[in-house]
Amino acid sequence: MIKAVMVMNTQGKSRLAKFYEYLSVEKQQELIRGVFSVLCSRAENVSNFIDAESIFGLDSHLVYKHFATLYFVFVFDSSENELAVLDLIQVFVETLDKCFQNVCELDIVFNYSKIHTILDEMVFGGQVVETSSSEIMKAVEEISKLEAASNAISLIPKSASGWRSR
Amino acid sequence: MSGPSLMDSLFQRTLEDLIKGLRQQLIGEQAFISKALEEIRKEIKSTDLSTKSTALLKLCYLSNLHFHDMSFAAFHALEVLSSPRFSHKKIAYHAISLSFHDSTPVLLLITNHLRKDLTSTNEFEVSLSLQCLSRIANVDLARDLTPEVFTLLSSNKLYVRKRAVAVVLRVFEKYPDSVRVCFKRLVENLENYDPQILSAVVGVFSELACKDPRSYLPLAPEFYKILVDSKSNWISIKVLKIFAKLAPLEPRLANRVVEPICYLMRKTGAKSLLFECVRTVVTSFSEYESAVRLAVGKIREFMVDEDPNLKYLGLHALSIVASKHLWVVSENKEVVIKSLSDPDPNIKIESLRLVMAMVSEHNVAEISKVLVNYALKSDPLFCNEILGSILSTCSRNVYEIIVDFDWYVSLLGEMSRIPHCQMGEEIENQLVDIGLRVKDVRLELVRVARDLLIDPALLGNSFLHRVLSAAAWVSGEYVEFSRNPLELMEALLQPRTSLLPPSIMAIYIQSAFKVLVFCLHTCFVRGGSTAGVSASASYESFDDLSVENGAGSTVAHGQTCTSAPITNESIVNLLKLVELALSPLLGSHDVEVQERARNLLGFVDLIKLEALNSSGQEENDSEQKGVEATKIIRMVHDAFSKELGPVSLSAQGKVPVPDGLTLNENLGDLETICSDIELPSSNTFSFGYPSEEKDVSSFSNLQIKEDSGQSNESTSLLAEHRKRHGLYYLPSGKSEVISNDYPPANDPALQGDNNDTASDLVKLTAESLVPKRKPNHSKPRPVVVKLDEADEKPVAVKHPESRDDSLSGAVLDILFGSEDILPTSSRSNLPSSNRKGKEKQHMITQVESKENVVGDGNSSSRRRKDHSHGKERRHRKKNAEERNETDRKEKESSSNHPRRQKSRQRAEEPLKVPPQTSVIPDFLL
Repeated sequence: MIKAVMVMNTQGKSRLAKFYEYLSVEKQQELIRGVFSVLCSRAENVSNFIDAESIFGLDSHLVYKHFATLYFVFVFDSSENELAVLDLIQVFVETLDKCFQNVCELDIVFNYSKIHTILDEMVFGGQVVETSSSEIMKAVEEISKLEAASNAISLIPKSASGWRSR
Repeated sequence: MSGPSLMDSLFQRTLEDLIKGLRQQLIGEQAFISKALEEIRKEIKSTDLSTKSTALLKLCYLSNLHFHDMSFAAFHALEVLSSPRFSHKKIAYHAISLSFHDSTPVLLLITNHLRKDLTSTNEFEVSLSLQCLSRIANVDLARDLTPEVFTLLSSNKLYVRKRAVAVVLRVFEKYPDSVRVCFKRLVENLENYDPQILSAVVGVFSELACKDPRSYLPLAPEFYKILVDSKSNWISIKVLKIFAKLAPLEPRLANRVVEPICYLMRKTGAKSLLFECVRTVVTSFSEYESAVRLAVGKIREFMVDEDPNLKYLGLHALSIVASKHLWVVSENKEVVIKSLSDPDPNIKIESLRLVMAMVSEHNVAEISKVLVNYALKSDPLFCNEILGSILSTCSRNVYEIIVDFDWYVSLLGEMSRIPHCQMGEEIENQLVDIGLRVKDVRLELVRVARDLLIDPALLGNSFLHRVLSAAAWVSGEYVEFSRNPLELMEALLQPRTSLLPPSIMAIYIQSAFKVLVFCLHTCFVRGGSTAGVSASASYESFDDLSVENGAGSTVAHGQTCTSAPITNESIVNLLKLVELALSPLLGSHDVEVQERARNLLGFVDLIKLEALNSSGQEENDSEQKGVEATKIIRMVHDAFSKELGPVSLSAQGKVPVPDGLTLNENLGDLETICSDIELPSSNTFSFGYPSEEKDVSSFSNLQIKEDSGQSNESTSLLAEHRKRHGLYYLPSGKSEVISNDYPPANDPALQGDNNDTASDLVKLTAESLVPKRKPNHSKPRPVVVKLDEADEKPVAVKHPESRDDSLSGAVLDILFGSEDILPTSSRSNLPSSNRKGKEKQHMITQVESKENVVGDGNSSSRRRKDHSHGKERRHRKKNAEERNETDRKEKESSSNHPRRQKSRQRAEEPLKVPPQTSVIPDFLL
């Protein structure tokens, strides 16, 4: 089971945080800081694992990947495979890349909802439900269409009724 | 009416505006955020749902990435949720899954919203509500929405169905009785051919099996089929996880499964799956020699891979094997030892663990030696990791693996000199512990302690203070083993002791007291009052050398006079030294230091007279007083020479409570008084209290008055000190720390460069693994005092008993149909259709076992052929039954049919047989 997904930049600013169990915001902040303090002390070209038990408690593993200015971090328990989760990070980043054409940190900053949608398509309540980036893309596009449609329909009657009432 | 809301929505900041504003940082981040929060609070109360949902989205953003509490918006989130528009719903669900938890007050209001969306025709709406449910479900939600989830489990939309499968995990966890409703459908999905569904189901089962594997043993045939047929690595990994849990429970299952796993291991190209196979074999199939060999081959490939991830995982897998097959580690020791100098900290720590696993009685000295050399070259973090693991390995089970304590004690001394060493506390404990437990080592211990005390440079390192306190205590307690007590005295009273925290300072003074009493005792009591003769028998062998006697007290008896006989003259100097060093401490702020200094000075005053007199050779006048002083010395000496032994932690309990003493009365008040006082750690030998740093500074100020030549900057002081007292400084190498009658612990060849040490270590571990070669130690292992129960025993790992939790109970009920587990209170109000389902299950198991009874009569090869047939048949049967069952479910009839009654009676029979023994094995064949 995946416990948490985090994306943070190399200055420690959180760009995405998803915890699959409820945690208070203070606790979330503490955990993200804890993870970052370990991440930033690690050299390049070392393994992608960190001992997470000191931060997240027993039976926690942490895999991260460093892309440009961002760290992608997945925390999970012993029922996931480390290398598979590493692949999952790859899928996630690939999907982001397809969605935003050469994704960069700014895309992630400005597309808060969409990032969450993408992640939700992959990981459902801590379980991985989709690992194909094209499938994820398809679903995300449909959802965006649906959102746009529901907003478009809404505008007309609202403004119409607004005008009528005057 | 909608005028103001329209204005609101026109001028409302969107999330994008918010982010842009945040990035511009015009008024500072915190100020901007609080302003935005203010706006949000206003907007979220708007009646217009668009405005409300935008505000909610902004709030989510601030909560998620800037950690602001959003619990106040719980009800607003529900309001947005009621919007018919998808985009609003999506925001609302996002907000809910971010902020809701079990004690959110409006949680109960969400049930109907969820139900509505779960039955929606739009698959994305269903997905949103399932997602939300998987996150926030509590007992009530899980119970109330079980029927909806049940329906979705057989939805024909794959997109919805796999999410329904995934949500079942949370529903089961929160409301175990839902197992009775959903479990069969979940199992049906195991036979689905769509890889996505299968992946979700297997994922759920691997989570479930993690918590309570035994309940899922009956499903082993299904998992086996998936293992053999699966094309997806994800699914295979999950199934392997399941089998890793199931195999140890049922040896026959392990027999069957080990072959396909090995096949998978040989065939697969995916590293993740390969690693999972390896891990499964080494954790759960370690009795299967050939499988383990194959896995070890793969582990070796991993370990020599360029990719640090694979290397790390390889070492990690090796450490799993190490617990059962140590030969595997020794086979791969070259790689392991090479990894000790890997740049990756994970890899280093893992290989250190493996090296420590190889340590035995025969090679502990050699391995420790090499590791200490590694520690010298490593970064502080890893250095302490190494030292910590040496310390804990060597002290395991009361120094079980240590034969040569003289060596170990000098190793402790050596370790504390390593520049990055931060293990002071542990070394302190072990030095004192060994002193108390092992009589034979005390001579060496005192020598090591002296070497530590005498080095003024060590006083500047605050990590070493704890070690020094142990050294001071040891040399005071066992001063009779000291070659040169006078030198010790000077070491204990040297000016740089002002750098110590007060609690340790106090130990120094107390030890100085003991040493002084010992000196006086040897001089006056044992040696009589004959002045100028080397005093005690133990010193007779030493050469009588001229006493280098400086006028000042700071100039020491150098190492040139290796053994200074105790003369009257030296005693006089000693007393002067004590007075000089301690009189400033009478004004110390720390009570402990002050009191002990006063004690010692008082004692010196008592003695001084006699000492002066006898040095003046005027025995006649002061005969009377001299005798008195001698008496005092003898008494104090007696007081100190009473030996302290180790005290069992439970010693108190052995003291019988005297009659008439009531221990538990009237002490209730104490608890309230003591509750805010932190108790000191229950160490058998605590030396004092944690120090306060400010005392040190004030303390050293006093010292400076006296010792005006010294500055406070430790570096310049150190340099100066080294110049002046060069003879106190030990040569920087590890000079002859150990006497020569011991095996080559200090072999100079071992101190070569990295590669040399590595190869040596390889050699050594190789030797160590030659079984039971008798060590030819020159000395037998000394007696180590052990206290019966107080000494730590290897901790036995307790396996949590999970059988009796309600989830596994429910699952067992479904799978075995066992009714001997008493129904829980909530079970009584189950719809009757569930009971029907259970009865059907009974029938199936019965039929199956019949089939298997037939099968059992044939040869095993025959059985295997039959297996697929039997399965087919069973599935067909099951499906038929299920169709029946679901039909009936829809009818929801509550009356009891006669036919069902009959099936019930038939089902009664197999129940009497204990299910685990009869049902499971048959399933496996």
